[in-house]
Amino acid sequence: MAEHFDVIIVGAGMAGNAASYTLAKAGLNVLQIERGEYPGSKNVQGAILYADAVERIIPDFREEAPLERHVIEQRMWMLDERSYVGSHFRSENFNEEKPNRYTIIRAQFDKWFNRRARDAGAMVVCETTVLDLIRDDTGKVIGARVDRDKGEVFADVVLMADGVNALVGQRSGLREEINPEHAALAVKEMHFLPREVINERFNIRDDEGVVIEVLGTVTSGMLGTGFLYTNGESIALGIGCIVSDFVEKRISPAQLLDTLKSHPSIAPLIKGSEVKEYAAHLIPEGGYKAIPKVYGDGWLIAGDAAHFVNAAHREGSNLALTSGRLAAETIITLKAEGKPMTAANLKLYRQKLEESFVLKDLKKYKDLPETLWRNKQFVTTYPRLMAKAAESFFRVDGVDKLTKEKDIVRSFRKARGVLGLVGDAVKVARAWR
Amino acid sequence: MHIVVCIKQVPDSAQIRVHPVTNTIMRQGVPTIINPYDLVVLEEALRLRDQFGGKVTVLTMGPPMADESLRKALACGADAAVLLTDRFFAGSDTLATSFALSTAIKKIDAEEPVDIVFAGKQTIDGDTAQVGPGIAKRMGLNQLTYVSAIRSLDLGSRSIVVERRAEGGTQVLTTGLPCLITMLEGSNVLRRGSLPDMFRAARAEVTTWNAEQAGVEDITQCGLRGSPTVVKKVFAPKPRNEKAVLVETEGKSDAEIARAAIDALFTANPKLEAEIPELVLAS
Amino acid sequence: MTDAKKPAPQASRASAKKELPEHFKSYKHVWVFVELERGQVHPVSWELLGEGRKLADKLEVDLCAVVMGAPDGGVALATRDSFEYGADVVYSVTDPLLSDYRNESFTKAMTDLVNSHQPEVLLLGATNLGRDLAGSVATTLRTGLTADSTELAIDDDRSLAATRPTFGGTLLCTIYTLNFRPQMATVRPRVMAMPERVPGRTGKVVPFKLALEETDIITKVLEFIPDAASEDAHLAYADIVVAGGLGLGSPANFRLVKELAEVLGAEYGGSRPLVQKGWITSDRQIGQTGKTIRPKLYIAAGISGAIQHRVGVEGADRILAINTDPNAPILEFAHHGIVGDATKILPALTKAFAERLAARRMAS
Ligand SMILES: Cc1cc2nc3c(=O)[nH]c(=O)nc-3n(C[C@H](O)[C@H](O)[C@H](O)COP(=O)(O)OP(=O)(O)OC[C@H]3O[C@@H](n4cnc5c(N)ncnc54)[C@H](O)[C@@H]3O)c2cc1C
Ligand SMILES: Cc1cc2nc3c(=O)[nH]c(=O)nc-3n(C[C@H](O)[C@H](O)[C@H](O)COP(=O)(O)OP(=O)(O)OC[C@H]3O[C@@H](n4cnc5c(N)ncnc54)[C@H](O)[C@@H]3O)c2cc1C
Ligand SMILES: Nc1ncnc2c1ncn2[C@@H]1O[C@H](COP(=O)(O)O)[C@@H](O)[C@H]1O
Repeated sequence: MAEHFDVIIVGAGMAGNAASYTLAKAGLNVLQIERGEYPGSKNVQGAILYADAVERIIPDFREEAPLERHVIEQRMWMLDERSYVGSHFRSENFNEEKPNRYTIIRAQFDKWFNRRARDAGAMVVCETTVLDLIRDDTGKVIGARVDRDKGEVFADVVLMADGVNALVGQRSGLREEINPEHAALAVKEMHFLPREVINERFNIRDDEGVVIEVLGTVTSGMLGTGFLYTNGESIALGIGCIVSDFVEKRISPAQLLDTLKSHPSIAPLIKGSEVKEYAAHLIPEGGYKAIPKVYGDGWLIAGDAAHFVNAAHREGSNLALTSGRLAAETIITLKAEGKPMTAANLKLYRQKLEESFVLKDLKKYKDLPETLWRNKQFVTTYPRLMAKAAESFFRVDGVDKLTKEKDIVRSFRKARGVLGLVGDAVKVARAWR
Repeated sequence: MHIVVCIKQVPDSAQIRVHPVTNTIMRQGVPTIINPYDLVVLEEALRLRDQFGGKVTVLTMGPPMADESLRKALACGADAAVLLTDRFFAGSDTLATSFALSTAIKKIDAEEPVDIVFAGKQTIDGDTAQVGPGIAKRMGLNQLTYVSAIRSLDLGSRSIVVERRAEGGTQVLTTGLPCLITMLEGSNVLRRGSLPDMFRAARAEVTTWNAEQAGVEDITQCGLRGSPTVVKKVFAPKPRNEKAVLVETEGKSDAEIARAAIDALFTANPKLEAEIPELVLAS
Repeated sequence: MTDAKKPAPQASRASAKKELPEHFKSYKHVWVFVELERGQVHPVSWELLGEGRKLADKLEVDLCAVVMGAPDGGVALATRDSFEYGADVVYSVTDPLLSDYRNESFTKAMTDLVNSHQPEVLLLGATNLGRDLAGSVATTLRTGLTADSTELAIDDDRSLAATRPTFGGTLLCTIYTLNFRPQMATVRPRVMAMPERVPGRTGKVVPFKLALEETDIITKVLEFIPDAASEDAHLAYADIVVAGGLGLGSPANFRLVKELAEVLGAEYGGSRPLVQKGWITSDRQIGQTGKTIRPKLYIAAGISGAIQHRVGVEGADRILAINTDPNAPILEFAHHGIVGDATKILPALTKAFAERLAARRMAS
C-alpha cells in the first residue's frame, strides 16, 4: 500500500523549508521531496537573506544558522564602459545586535534549515524528483508521482514549492509555462579569497559585509542588473537579464559575466581569486501580473513557483519564506477546523497573501517590469549619461561650473529629448508608486 | 549472512581549496560525500545479501553529521547502521581508526556474528588504503585486498573464492569466513532505492555509540592519543613557475602545427629523437 | 589519517613528547622490503634502495634489504641485485610458503624479522602487494605508517620525515612517527628515481627462518592468471606515454591516441573518467588513484589537468598538452602546448612523427 501523508511538499528551497518546518512543528505528518542530492545542492542565489522573514519562522535562527556576513553597506553603481557613478550607504546602525540582512551560501543555509524541519518531524526524501501530481476523477490533487520504483505517494494536500521552472504544476496541467519575458536568466560565480583580503578590499571588519548592485552598459543594452555580495571567504558575482533579451541579442550569459568581471570597477575587487561554481538560474521577474493561480483543489503554490519575486528590490527569498509559511498556516488552520483541502477552503491562503507584504508589494510595482522592459534607456542611455556628467563635473579643466551644468543638461536632453526625459521620470514614478 | 560495510564521509576533494596564506583547508561550502570507493563495496555487499539472504550493517566513525551517509546507505538497501562518534576519536590516524572500527565491529559481531567485513580500497581524503588491513589484523580476519571479483561464496563450508589484482596478473584466492575484503572500482554502480526504501531509511534508527558504548576499554588507543603518527606540517605544493610554451597555430594547417610541435620538442630535448627508434624497435 | 588539519589537541598525542622509549633505542638501520613475486622483483624496490641509501648515509647506519621467496623463486638473484642497487645487508627468508604472495605468510615473516633485528626505518612500495602487507605489519607492530609518501628525509634528531599528498594532492603534509619503531612508509612506484646499479657490489646475507606451517594459513592461491599481453600495461615504466581524456569526445576517437602511441613505441593511458566510462581498463589510468608515470615524454590530449591527474605525471621530463582551452590547467604545468582540437592534431602528429622517424632511418 502506498503511504499517505497530511501534506506533500515539493522542493526544499526557501519556500518548501519554511512550510515544512512550520507544518512539522505543528504536528502534521509531512513529506518533503527534493530532487537535489541534499537540500540546497541545486539552489543558486546571490544570496541575501532578510532576517525578518526567517525570524517569524525560527526566532533564534541567528544562533545556529550558517550566515556569512551581515550587510552594513549597500552600493548602487551605474556603469558605462570605463566608469561608474554610484551611491554608497553604510551605517554603523547595521552593526546592531540583530542585523537585518545577511549574505548566505544557499547550499549551507538550505541544508541547515531543512535539518531543522527534519528535527521537527518532517520526513525528507532527497535525490528524488516529483514527476507530476496524481489527481482523482474530480480533478482534485491527491498525491504525487516520483522518479523511483514504487513511486506513488498520497496526501490531503500538495504544496508546490519547486522553484521558478514550476514544472510539476505545468506537467499536472495546473498552470502555464513561464513566459520568457517574465524570466531573468542570472549567471553567478563564486570567487574565493581569504577573509582578510575581502575585509581589506571592502574596508570592513570581522563579519561585516558589503553588497554592490550595478546597472548599465555591462548588460549590453539588455534589461538586467549585476550584483556582488561578500561572503566570509568568497565573493558572489553575478549578472542577470531577461531571457527574451538574451534570445534577441544573441549574447551568452557567460559573455556578460566576463564583461562584468573585467569592468574596471569590479576587476580589482576580485583580483587573484579562485573561481568555482559557475551556475545559471532563472528568476521570475514578471511581477504581479505574471502570478498564476496559487491554489486549487488539493494544491497550493509558493515561492518562485508562484512568481513571488520583487525584482525592483531584489527580494525573492523573503517572499518565498513568507508564502511558504502562510501556506503552512493555511493548512494548519483548515486541519484544526476539520475542513477538507478544497479550493474553496484553500482560498484562505490567497487572503493571507493579500494581507501580507507579499502581494501588497508586488501589487505596488505591478507595472514596473513592463515599463522597464519597454524602455531600455534605463539601462543603456542613463548610466552612460550619468557617467559622462559626473566625469565632466569632477574633471577640473578650466571650464566654469555653470557651463558644465548646462552641457550636462543638454546632453541628457539630446539623448532623450525633453519629453522623453519627463516621460521617463513619470514612467518610473508611476511604476514605483 | 551478516555483512558489515565500513563507509566514511569525506569532503568532496574535487571541491577543496587551500587558503593561499595559511595553507589550511578552506572547508567552507565544500560538500561531503560518501567516499566513492566505499560505494563500490556497499553495492557488492547488497548483491551478496540479495543472493544469500541476511543483513548488511553499515558502520562509520565520524562527527554526528556523518549519520547522513549512513541514511544514504540505508536508502540504497542497507539494513542497519551504526555511527561511532565521540570527541575521543578526533584526530585518529589509521592505527587509531582501525582500533575504533574493529572494536565496534567486535561488538556488532557479538550481537549478530559477522561473516564479511567490507572496506573501501582507499579514501579520497586520508587516502592511505591502510584502515582495511588494520581492521583485519586487529580482528584476526582473513584479508583479501584489491579484489576485482567475488567468484563464489559457500556458506556451508564457510569459504569464499575471489579474484585479486596482483602485479602482472590476477590471483585466484580462497579463504575462510570471516574475512575482510577491499575492492577495486569496477562495474559496481550503487543501486537506486525505491520510494518505500527512502521512507524506511528516513525512519530508521541509526545506532549511535560513543567510545564507551562501542566497547572501548583503553581510551588511550583512540584518537590523537592512540595515533603514533604526527602531522607536523601541512603545505600547498609549489606551483611550477613556467607555463607551457604554446605552439603557434594562427593561420597554420594541422600538419604544420604538428611539425612545429615536434621541432620544439626535439630542440628542447635532442636525445629524445635518437631514443624513439629504439623504443619502436623494442615494442 | 582522517584529517590533515588536526583539531586542537585536547588530549596530548601519544608521540608528542619526543623521548623515544628505552626499548626502542636499540632499533637501528634502514630496511627496504624487496617485492619479489613470481620470480620478478618490482622495480619500485630498487627505487626504494636508492632512496634508502641516502637515508642510511645520513643516519650513518646500514641499508638492508629484505628478500622473501620460495627456494627456487629467484631469491638468489634478487639478493645479488639488492647489493648491486646499494644494500649492505640482505635478510633472506626462503620458504615454500612464500612462493606466492599471501598476507599471512609475508606478514608473519616481516613482523618476526622486525622484532628480532629491529630496524628504525622500514620502507615498502605502495603497490597492491606492498599496501596489503604494510597495513598488516604496522598494525601488528602497533607502529605508525605513512602511506604513499612522495618525499623522505631525515631530521636533525634522526627521525624520519615522510611527506605525502593529501586531499587528492591539493595539499602536502609531513608526517613523523616519533615514539614508535620502526618508522614505516610506503612509496609509490616511479616517485623516486632509479639508482645507478653497481655491478659486482656485494654485502652480508643474513638468513632468517619463517616460523609458520601451511596448515596455519587459511588463504590458498588457487590459480594465477597472467595478464594477456594486450592488457599488460607497463605504463609506469614506459619512456613515452600518450594519453587521452574526455576531450576526445568519444571512445572511437581514443583510437587516435593508440595510433600515435604505436608510431612512437609508447604506452597509452588516460584520465579517470575514461576508466569510469569503460573506454580503457583501470590499469591504464594515470594519476593519483591510477599510475604515477615518469616518462621522458608525455603527450596528453584532451585532458584538463586536474590536480589528481597532475600529481601522477609531474615527474615526466617533457609534457606536451593538446587542448582546445587556452586556460586549461594542464597548460600550467606542461612544457609545450598546442591549443587545438586533439581529434585533428593527433592524426597530424602521428603522421609527422612517422615521417620524421622515417627520414631519420633513411639518413642513418
Ligand atoms: C542569482 C540569483 C540571485 C538572487 N538573489 C537574491 C537575493 O539576494 N535575495 C533574495 O531574497 N532573493 C534572491 N534571489 C531569489 C531567490 O533565490 C528565490 O526567490 C528563492 O530561492 C525562491 O525560493 P523557492 O523555495 O521558491 O525556490 P528554490 O529555492 O528554487 O527551491 C526550489 C526547490 O525545489 C526543488 N525542485 C524543483 N523541482 C522539483 C521536483 N520536480 N521534484 C522535487 N524537487 C524539486 C529544487 O531542487 C529546489 O531545491 C536570487 C535568485 C537568483 C537566481
Ligand atoms: C578521488 C578522486 C580521484 C581521482 N583520481 C584521478 C586520477 O588518478 N587520474 C585522473 O586523471 N583523474 C582523477 N580524478 C578525476 C579528476 O578530478 C578529473 O575529473 C579528471 O582528471 C578529468 O578528466 P579529463 O581531463 O579527461 O576530463 P575534463 O576535465 O572533462 O577535461 C577535458 C578537457 O578536454 C579539453 N577538450 C575538449 N574538447 C577537446 C578537443 N576536441 N581537443 C582537445 N581538447 C579538448 C577541454 O578543454 C578540457 O580541458 C580523480 C577524482 C577524484 C574525486
Ligand atoms: N572513519 C571511518 N569510518 C568508517 N570507515 C572508515 C573510516 N576511515 C576509513 N574507513 C574505511 O577504510 C577504508 C580505507 O580508508 P583509508 O585507509 O583512509 O584510505 C575506507 O574506504 C573505509 O571503508
